[in-house]
Amino acid sequence: MATTTLPSGQVSGIRSYWARFRGGAVWGLLRAIVSNRKATAGVVILAIFCFLAAFPGLIAHDNPQAEIYNPGLAPSAAHWLGTNAYGQDLFAQLIYSTRQSLFLAVAAGALATLLSVIVGVTSAYMGGFTDDFLSLITDIFLVIPAFPLIVVIAAYSKNGGDTILIAVLVVTGWSYGARQLRVQALSLRNRDFLVAAKLRGERRWRVIVSEILPTMTSLIVAIFLGTTLYAIVAAAGLQFIGLGNPNTLSWGTMLYWAQNNEALQSGSPLWAIMPGICIALLGAAFALLNYAFDEVSNPALRPVRRRRR
Amino acid sequence: MRYVTRRLGFFIVTLWACLTINFVLPRLMPGNPAEAMMARYKGRINGSALKALEIAFGVNSSQSSVHQYFTYLGDMLTGHFGTSLTFFPDPVSQVVFAALPWTLGLVGLTTVLAFAAGTIVGIVAGWRRGSALDSVMPPIFVIISAFPYFFLALMALLLFSVTLGWFPQGFGYSNTDTAGWSWHFIGDVLSHAFLPAMVILITSIGGWVLTMRNNMISTLSEDYVRMARAKGLSPLRIMFAYAGRNAVLPNLTGFAMSLGFVVSGAILVEYVFSYPGVGYMLLQAVENEDFALMQTLFLFITVCVLTAVLLMDFATILLDPRTRTQA
Repeated sequence: MATTTLPSGQVSGIRSYWARFRGGAVWGLLRAIVSNRKATAGVVILAIFCFLAAFPGLIAHDNPQAEIYNPGLAPSAAHWLGTNAYGQDLFAQLIYSTRQSLFLAVAAGALATLLSVIVGVTSAYMGGFTDDFLSLITDIFLVIPAFPLIVVIAAYSKNGGDTILIAVLVVTGWSYGARQLRVQALSLRNRDFLVAAKLRGERRWRVIVSEILPTMTSLIVAIFLGTTLYAIVAAAGLQFIGLGNPNTLSWGTMLYWAQNNEALQSGSPLWAIMPGICIALLGAAFALLNYAFDEVSNPALRPVRRRRR
Repeated sequence: MRYVTRRLGFFIVTLWACLTINFVLPRLMPGNPAEAMMARYKGRINGSALKALEIAFGVNSSQSSVHQYFTYLGDMLTGHFGTSLTFFPDPVSQVVFAALPWTLGLVGLTTVLAFAAGTIVGIVAGWRRGSALDSVMPPIFVIISAFPYFFLALMALLLFSVTLGWFPQGFGYSNTDTAGWSWHFIGDVLSHAFLPAMVILITSIGGWVLTMRNNMISTLSEDYVRMARAKGLSPLRIMFAYAGRNAVLPNLTGFAMSLGFVVSGAILVEYVFSYPGVGYMLLQAVENEDFALMQTLFLFITVCVLTAVLLMDFATILLDPRTRTQA
């Protein structure tokens, strides 16, 4: 790192400045990301996709929806990935699809995490009948196979658009996190600092928001990463079978059109391969971050360096 | 005993929830989708079948929804699932039972294999922590588990069926064959099942390995493992009978959640390979707006998963004395 050129006193001065400035959290996070190879890989992949989602026009210069080229062209300098059966430029399609795929996944992941926080923490904090009831609902949603349920809901609301898609993913994706959060919140319930907050006469929601939630940040982040990974794969699968909106641009719908035109059998396999690889890469980014996060918060799981050497 | 009754109760409550979801969903959606479907099929199917469907989905019905609900529950429990529109005059139950063996054979077998193999690899990886096996496998599995099942299925189809021509391009058996217990037919079925089975196996095994490895690592620091070592027991015995046996317990419970995930992935794998199982049929039913078939398939898939979960619960009772002593 560049800090080696500075005298150590100055370095610690800068560090303590940062620590005062951001409570040490940002610095700690950055250091954790840099020192963990899996986390670095995940963050780099994610950053590239975020850039593509924000500025697709800087990378791809063709109009992704225009059917103006010869259909089924092989990759060339003008069309890096060739064109599809409709005469659209595949590279432009791929780049412009990033935005919707990323947005769907993050939106569904974030909302599902929010729902699981609400249900999990309420369940643990209220106890009694509320707890029993919410736990039962959580367990039911945990066991009912999500994808068939998604398919059934999506089939009834055909072409309902992104809102329905996100809603479906949230409904089927919140339960796992809710269960984990409930368990952790239960273990906190009788800690001294919560008793103290109650004795101070704090309101319930204030105890939850400013006393309980901060102690569970790491679990909430882990749940968000896991849920988003789930949303990426599930959304792609749903769009692949034609239950998304096939007229929007995303990797799942690209796969849907590729499958409809038998791209694999008819000699333009890149049409199906490239969006699939992008989905896998995005998924891998979240999976790697999740795994790295596990290692950071649970030192027992870190890879051991061999003693020899 | 209390544990058993609680798990059985959960089985029934979940089944009921699933039936209720089936009943409520089409009525909840704006512009009743079932009505649109009915209008499309009018004239193409006979009156009595249409009447039955109208009752099932609450179209043109003068009965109260409470009455409809109980009629519906009664029909489902007595096996009256209605008539399939895709495979018209066949009743839904007959269509489903024709598809069920294919999926149970493919998904059931691969899931059990993946669980067994993943658990054993996980035990060994956790035991020999830092070994070549342990340092290479987890990252590979992390990445593979992020792959959508159907994408891996597409790639396998492209590579082994289309390009290399080693395996048939889909469906459960060749058209030219007659079904029966001949060696030729069995071989044919196996060669059709091989690729989808490998795809499900490869994508689902990673999760088991990772969780098992992590469980194993925390179990190995327990006192009873140190005690076993001090007694001078053989490493194999400690590995499987002491650490592995206890590390597998959380995984048995986790089986419930993962099974739903595997089934979900298997649906898309079946779709890619046009495999004549429950998942492929579910998507066919969706495409044809065959809601009676769709509902029943959802119900059957859920019942299969619930049964597997119940079996795992009983396995937990056998392996974990704590569940037995809870009075």
